[in-house]
Amino acid sequence: MNTYTYYPGCSMSATGKAYAESLETVAKVLDIRLAELDDWNCCGATAYFSVRETLSHAISARNLALAEAQGPGRDVVAACSACYLGLNKTNKYLKEFPELRKRVDSALDAGGLKYDGSLEVRHILEVVVKDVGLEKVAALTTRKLEGLKVASYAGCQMVRPYGFDDSECPVLLDNLVRAVGATPVPFAMAARCCGGSQMMTNEDAALRMTKNILLCAQDAGADVIITTCPLCQMNLDAFQAKVNHAFGTSFNIPILFFTQLLGLAFQVKPLGIERGVAKPGPALARFIS
Amino acid sequence: MKNPVIGVYVCHCGSNIGSVVNVPEVVEFAKGLPNVAVAREHKYMCSDPGQDVIKKDIKELGLNRVVVASCSPLMHEHTFRKACESAGLNPYYFQMANIREQVSWVTTDKVRATEKAKVVLVGAVNRVVEHDPLFVKSVPVTPATLVIGGGVAGIEAALQVAASHTQVHLVEKEPSLGGHMARFDKTFPTLDCAACILTPKMVQANTNPFIKVHAYSEVIEVSGYVGNFTVKIRHKASYVNNDKCTGCGVCITKCPERGIPAEFESGLGNRPVYVAPDAPQHGKKPKDTFGKRPAIYTPFAQAVPNKPVIDRDNCRYYTTGKCRVCEKMCEPGAIDFDQKDWIEEIQVGNIIVATGMKTFDPTPMKNLGYGRIPDVYTGLEFERICHSSGPTEGQILTWKKESPKAIAIVHCVGSRDDKHHRHCSRVCCMYSLKYAHLIKEKLHNCEVYEFYIDMRCFGKGYEEFYSRLLQEDVRFVRGRVAEVSDWGIYPEEKGRLVVRVEDTLAAQVRRIPVDMVILSTALEPAENADHLKHTLHMSCSSDLFYLERHPKLAPVSTATDGIYIAGACQGPKDIPDSVAQAGAAAAQAIGMIKRGVVEIEPTTAHIEESMCTGCQICIPLCPYTAIRRNEEKRIAYIEGALCKGCGTCVGACPSGAAQQWGFDDRQIYREIEGVLAAK
Amino acid sequence: MEPFEPRVVAFLCNWCSYTGADLAGTSRKKYPTNLLPIRVMCSGRVDPEFILKAFREGADGVIILGCHPGDCHYINGNHKTLGRFPILKKLVQQFGIHPDRLRLEWVSASEGDRYAVVVAEMTEQVRKLGPLRWNTRIKETVAASAAGGE
Ligand SMILES: Cc1cc2nc3c(=O)[nH]c(=O)nc-3n(C[C@H](O)[C@H](O)[C@H](O)COP(=O)(O)OP(=O)(O)OC[C@H]3O[C@@H](n4cnc5c(N)ncnc54)[C@H](O)[C@@H]3O)c2cc1C
Ligand code: FES
Repeated sequence: MNTYTYYPGCSMSATGKAYAESLETVAKVLDIRLAELDDWNCCGATAYFSVRETLSHAISARNLALAEAQGPGRDVVAACSACYLGLNKTNKYLKEFPELRKRVDSALDAGGLKYDGSLEVRHILEVVVKDVGLEKVAALTTRKLEGLKVASYAGCQMVRPYGFDDSECPVLLDNLVRAVGATPVPFAMAARCCGGSQMMTNEDAALRMTKNILLCAQDAGADVIITTCPLCQMNLDAFQAKVNHAFGTSFNIPILFFTQLLGLAFQVKPLGIERGVAKPGPALARFIS
Repeated sequence: MKNPVIGVYVCHCGSNIGSVVNVPEVVEFAKGLPNVAVAREHKYMCSDPGQDVIKKDIKELGLNRVVVASCSPLMHEHTFRKACESAGLNPYYFQMANIREQVSWVTTDKVRATEKAKVVLVGAVNRVVEHDPLFVKSVPVTPATLVIGGGVAGIEAALQVAASHTQVHLVEKEPSLGGHMARFDKTFPTLDCAACILTPKMVQANTNPFIKVHAYSEVIEVSGYVGNFTVKIRHKASYVNNDKCTGCGVCITKCPERGIPAEFESGLGNRPVYVAPDAPQHGKKPKDTFGKRPAIYTPFAQAVPNKPVIDRDNCRYYTTGKCRVCEKMCEPGAIDFDQKDWIEEIQVGNIIVATGMKTFDPTPMKNLGYGRIPDVYTGLEFERICHSSGPTEGQILTWKKESPKAIAIVHCVGSRDDKHHRHCSRVCCMYSLKYAHLIKEKLHNCEVYEFYIDMRCFGKGYEEFYSRLLQEDVRFVRGRVAEVSDWGIYPEEKGRLVVRVEDTLAAQVRRIPVDMVILSTALEPAENADHLKHTLHMSCSSDLFYLERHPKLAPVSTATDGIYIAGACQGPKDIPDSVAQAGAAAAQAIGMIKRGVVEIEPTTAHIEESMCTGCQICIPLCPYTAIRRNEEKRIAYIEGALCKGCGTCVGACPSGAAQQWGFDDRQIYREIEGVLAAK
Repeated sequence: MEPFEPRVVAFLCNWCSYTGADLAGTSRKKYPTNLLPIRVMCSGRVDPEFILKAFREGADGVIILGCHPGDCHYINGNHKTLGRFPILKKLVQQFGIHPDRLRLEWVSASEGDRYAVVVAEMTEQVRKLGPLRWNTRIKETVAASAAGGE
């Protein structure tokens, strides 16, 4: 069994509760141990980097320092794309920019911490696809999700700029969809921003971005959109009504976490699917029993 | 040895040296150096008056050593050696101190620049004392030229050299001559038909008694030296006996294997066939021959030489053991399944490299959709779509065989892009304009968009061509394309392609629906350019094209004497420039052959017999196997004609018996002492 | 006291590195003046004796510059240099010279930029190590032992 240091991040205990639940359930089946980082702090998300750069690296580095002490040599795994990006960025910057490193080191030092830079930061999707492997996922599938048309939405932060998947045409999620017997639909908006960070500041723009993603999935005939990030999920799901109101559309596309889709294929529970706002249509409902 | 009497000459090089290095100070300093009889400065040492100063001093002051502190020896060593020689001094009693490229141009601090100039000068003055008189050897030139690459540049070079009744070997790796130009329909800016001007040249080359065309062949080894190269050519097995083959083409029409993507049609044959969703389903799949060729083929109808070759990897006989249809159909009995690759050795005096370029594969630029969206084409593919003998017979049709209503042409794909190639590919703006014109000519109502960064219409008649296109209702959008998407948001975009671009003149992001996208891809060095570089010991510039000896003054020479470059292998260029370079290279080759002799640098290695202990360390080190053992005397000796003067044996000889003329231990020691003399 | 300006003797092969150094010039790259270039036809010509000679004459550092492996104008002279180099490093160490004072770099004819960077790096590297004064040190040692020292 592989053990990873798991960094949940704030959203996972709030809007992304379903992600946390389903991940826990599915991890058991996949035989991976996620040891939650003790005393973790907020990653600062992507926004903070633009406001106070050094400080945001320092708070990110605090998590890495803790991880190094608690699980030396273990990869740090995040499920939220923003957390993944933030931690990864700090991890890379510390190696690349000695000046920054000095300042972050002194900040850590003040708290009695130290980070050697020995860890790798990874996204849970990468762990599932590369460490566990598609063959194993297929083998663990007890009910093939045959006939289910899935739009795989990777979002922007997971694949840019440190993608383990192609940043323009991501393919890993589609491969996973195939592994559980479902059908990926061509999805041109797979790596476009959902507008998540703008929903509070520039709602018009954000709604338009969300609308385009939903529209693309609908055009492709998707029964469901799967995501890898609590922010994307919330944005696409919770704002569908607002989008419908603003654009006169009538979307009702369920937005699942990819872990929930795996859970359906493995026939395990709990997956937190009932937490979603957009309700499953018949194609998806068949598999929720 | 006579006492050394040294003349030192320091050049201002206009202001190139003089504005940074304090030349008068260096001259004063030189006057105080041991053995220096005279030190002078001059505005331009390399000019005739400058050289005359040296000549005069040699004669009047009896100088027996000369040092010039000026530019790089790679630039003017030859000039000054000649000057010494014409004044009766052995040219190797000369040494150059490089105070321009390696001092004044790389330093801003005048004091430190002047100090370094002095130090470098002391090195040279010290060294020249130890110089020996050396004598250039003349060797006869083999009166034949090898041209590698049968594109328009190679063909032109071959024809020019042959015009002087010199034997030419023209080696082309493909089954036919022609290169890229053979694939074009029209050529910018005159829009003359490519085949009409190229085919006659191809035929001339093939029938010229002084040109031997080695098609479907590659140069695998080159040895020897300027004037006398030995070249090994590998003739790839074509499984067709060219002496018997009449070129009737029956084999090609009868070959049952017809689905191999044709190299000549670029990537057109790689696309799946379009099947309409409502097409009636007959059990059998429709036969797909679009952009495909049989297993026995000539690349195109006018191929020269017109002899087919069998593609062994795809031939049914070789893959399944059964077929041999072509053999049965061939009346003259030219098919020979037992043919093997064979190697021919030829002797030539010099070599012209004209291996051209290839185009950038845009697949990695996922945002542009090439390889994923069938209606995204490269320029070379569109060239074939436009071509009357291409797979669409010159009709501009989309993948679904519909007439496009709007076409986007995207410039600089892979060029001027830090992620791919930093260079400008020079011809793309122009061929993009050519496409716009051809599209407008064939489809009057089709909208054409050119997405450009800058329009670069540099050649004769090119700007005029651009102006003309501006009148032809072509839409020019300045901006780098962000994305080509096959999913449209708005009703007018549905089922079409959408080009997303920042229009930097209108200062807004635009979405433009089109039906076809042409990517004007970068030009990059030919497939095996790197391999050939090693075979010929050439160098490359940072864009990986072959490096010329001097960008302005020796654009077709290379650092290796007797090897010239022409055409797009030296850097992206259009046909007129390629042809001009081919002529220039041919003139150089002919010049050498007409002279009949070449001079070989005397800076080779030799063995001091009395010091050689016979340890044989040097023997395996020599890359040219020039060192042999004299069994009788139990010592090593160097075969002068084979030695190229790298000095590796000299560097390794434990007893100091191996020495290199012009670079022997004494000389380098004195130079080391010199540059470190100052305290 | 004047600040320490290291002197680094550089052996440049004619075909790649010397041409690359010239290119740095034609492209007007700026770099420290501490490198003293000596041209040889191939990096393979660099005799171990040259290096010791340079140190003896007062060099604070020595750098050998040749074509990238595979690009040598004489097929593989630089492979010989590469093979020799670890031994050279050991050799200078045995003579009490810090191995970082000796360096081998590949600079091609197109790498003017890189040449400038290498020169700057090497200069700084040697500057940090301080003056070598090898010859003086030898003389001092010899004098000391003659005087019946340690
Ligand atoms: C899409 C496109 C459109 C263009 N349109 C125009 C135009 O309209 N007008 C214009 O002036 N220019 C145009 N150009 C530029 C033009 O193609 C070049 O200027 C021209 O082809 C250069 O000729 P070349 O002989 O140097 O190289 P190439 O045409 O590339 O020929 C090189 C030849 O050498 C052969 N070869 C390569 N390596 C070896 C080897 N190791 N051994 C033996 N043989 C070898 C190749 O097979 C090839 O036959 C266009 C270029 C492109 C890409
Ligand atoms: S010629 Fe440059 S290393 Fe041999």
